[in-house]
Amino acid sequence: MNAPRRAPARGGSALARVATALRPVGALMLFAVVIGIVLALVLLTLGASPVAVFADLWRGAFGDWLAFTDTLVKSTPLIFTGLAVAVAFQGALWNIGAEGQLLIGALAAGAIGPALGGWPHGAAIVAMIAAGACGGALWGAIAGGLRARRDVNEVISTIMLNFVAAQILSFAVHGPLMEASGAFPASPPIAAAATFGVYLAPSRLNLGMLLAGGLAVACYLGLFHTAAGFQLRAIGRNRRASAFFGLPIARMTIGTLALAGAIAGVGGAVQVSAITHRLYETLSPGWGYEAIAVALVARLNPLAIVPAAVLFGALDNGSQAMQRAAGVSPELVYVIQALVILTLLAFDASATGALRAAILGAPAAGPDDDVPPPAALPSSASLATRDA
Amino acid sequence: MLEAFLSSAVAMAAPILLAALGELIVEQGGVVNIGIEGAMLCGAFFGLTATWLSGSLALGLAAAIGAAVALNALFALVVVNLAVNQVVAGTAIDMLALGLTGICYRRIFGVTGRALTITPMRPLALGPLARIPIVGPALFDQNALVYLAFALVPMVGALIWRTRFGLELRAAGERPEAADALGLGVYRLRWQALLMAGVLSGLAGAYLTLAYANTFVEGMSAGRGYVALSVVIVGRWRAWGVAAAALLFGAAMALQFGLQAFGTAVPYQLFLALPYALTIVMLAMVGGQAQAPSALGEPYARL
Repeated sequence: MNAPRRAPARGGSALARVATALRPVGALMLFAVVIGIVLALVLLTLGASPVAVFADLWRGAFGDWLAFTDTLVKSTPLIFTGLAVAVAFQGALWNIGAEGQLLIGALAAGAIGPALGGWPHGAAIVAMIAAGACGGALWGAIAGGLRARRDVNEVISTIMLNFVAAQILSFAVHGPLMEASGAFPASPPIAAAATFGVYLAPSRLNLGMLLAGGLAVACYLGLFHTAAGFQLRAIGRNRRASAFFGLPIARMTIGTLALAGAIAGVGGAVQVSAITHRLYETLSPGWGYEAIAVALVARLNPLAIVPAAVLFGALDNGSQAMQRAAGVSPELVYVIQALVILTLLAFDASATGALRAAILGAPAAGPDDDVPPPAALPSSASLATRDA
Repeated sequence: MLEAFLSSAVAMAAPILLAALGELIVEQGGVVNIGIEGAMLCGAFFGLTATWLSGSLALGLAAAIGAAVALNALFALVVVNLAVNQVVAGTAIDMLALGLTGICYRRIFGVTGRALTITPMRPLALGPLARIPIVGPALFDQNALVYLAFALVPMVGALIWRTRFGLELRAAGERPEAADALGLGVYRLRWQALLMAGVLSGLAGAYLTLAYANTFVEGMSAGRGYVALSVVIVGRWRAWGVAAAALLFGAAMALQFGLQAFGTAVPYQLFLALPYALTIVMLAMVGGQAQAPSALGEPYARL
């Protein structure tokens, strides 16, 4: 993965070549052992048998019609945030900020929602989605502008913007947007015209899933079948070369992060329109962070984001059921997400990076050579990139 | 008032400084460790738990260091030996720490939380120095970890710029291919840096529970690890710069409590957001990353 820099190959005997080829294999085996130990310790701490844990997970996620539809409902925000991460990662812009972008999008939609009472249904829905997109785009564009104009690393700025967004939402529902009659810090409910209809009641299936799927197709076409998408991926592969070719790096950086923010923001608006109908502090259980795992499992392919999001939605849904039934910590989901990300990274690296090069005897690439396309992640390292 | 503010600022700066000094060492070797937040959280939880179980602060500190070092070793295995993307791996390490500490917390202390407090580290007043007006309590009436944090500033600076190890480490951070061609062992250097950083972020985490809050709350590192990452950038990858930046952020956090205690009409969320907003503003002000090690964040695979 990630087309690492490689040291100049040293000439040597066949034996030495075999030894170097085996080194990453050893590291990979050690990694597998460590992950196994972590999992075993976690299950031991939970005091549960692995078989029972996964049986409960499965039942909670797909056990019956309601569980299944709820899995789809819970994966909807993950499609939006997963797309927000994948689109930015394609351009080697490490957007860790889908969480904040979703929250600001939800805030914008939840703020105008109660005032849409007299609107026609369709117009109110469009207004909600537009508000979410604008809010999220603004939040993404801040990070993009800082990266493009002040060379501020977007990893840190997006993380910080997540914290700021959470506090802004908290302030809004405790203060200006708090329902006058309410006992809890929450905004008044949005107008009926601005809520998504529910299909196949008593399930909570709604328009959001279709919208998310449509957006995934649009992102796919945009990334792989337009000039702008090509430019973005070129910048992701090699920012410096793209600058030499005259690509508008600064504009693409701001535009991409704004677009990613808009996608996540729409996810926030959809959640308010379809599920919560009002704003409260703990709106997102961490969809913006979970989205990183979703995007990696999908190998940054927007079409694959949909099944990947359903996989993680099932994990969320199943673990909530498991928590109700067996009192298992909901934090188990974080551990599983983390292990999935690390495992994917590790095996990807050994399949395409050092290991393959060692076995196939690929010529070692110098740091500035154009390396073959990486498997999942673009190769531009963001942290020391100097724009030409 | 001013005396209390300064004292609080130094106390708030100490954990950030400890973590940031560790991150400075790691970044000089060309690795960026987002997982520092997770290492702090592990240090905080396991430090507190060990102290609670054993009644010994020393054992607590040892457990905090052990947990953070173990987490950094896992990070080193994937980013050094398997040469994967450091940002994404670091984010996963943070999630792993959040999950592990959460699970263990519920398992050991239950959902309601049994009375989970310990006797915290006491401030050590340095005789008459502590009675100097205004700055006395801030500088000379703090707990041992605060003194350690500031004593480590020149030591880490010397380690990086005055020792053979530091020279080799910086070579690994600037031109890993060249360093490897010279036989310096980039993998070994980066491993050593990450293990040292594990010690420091473990202490930083232990500070939060053993010297500051005296209890544990899930996710209590609350972004301090990320602030430490920013402190390294704002401090221009220099030990004294890092110390100055950490003090600035400590002051912002102390201001937050000072103003809240003052009972101003300003909403508290604004103060809670202040350190994060300040981070963004500071990064925008210092701008570019021209002083960062050249190979920072780039995976490097040796063949």
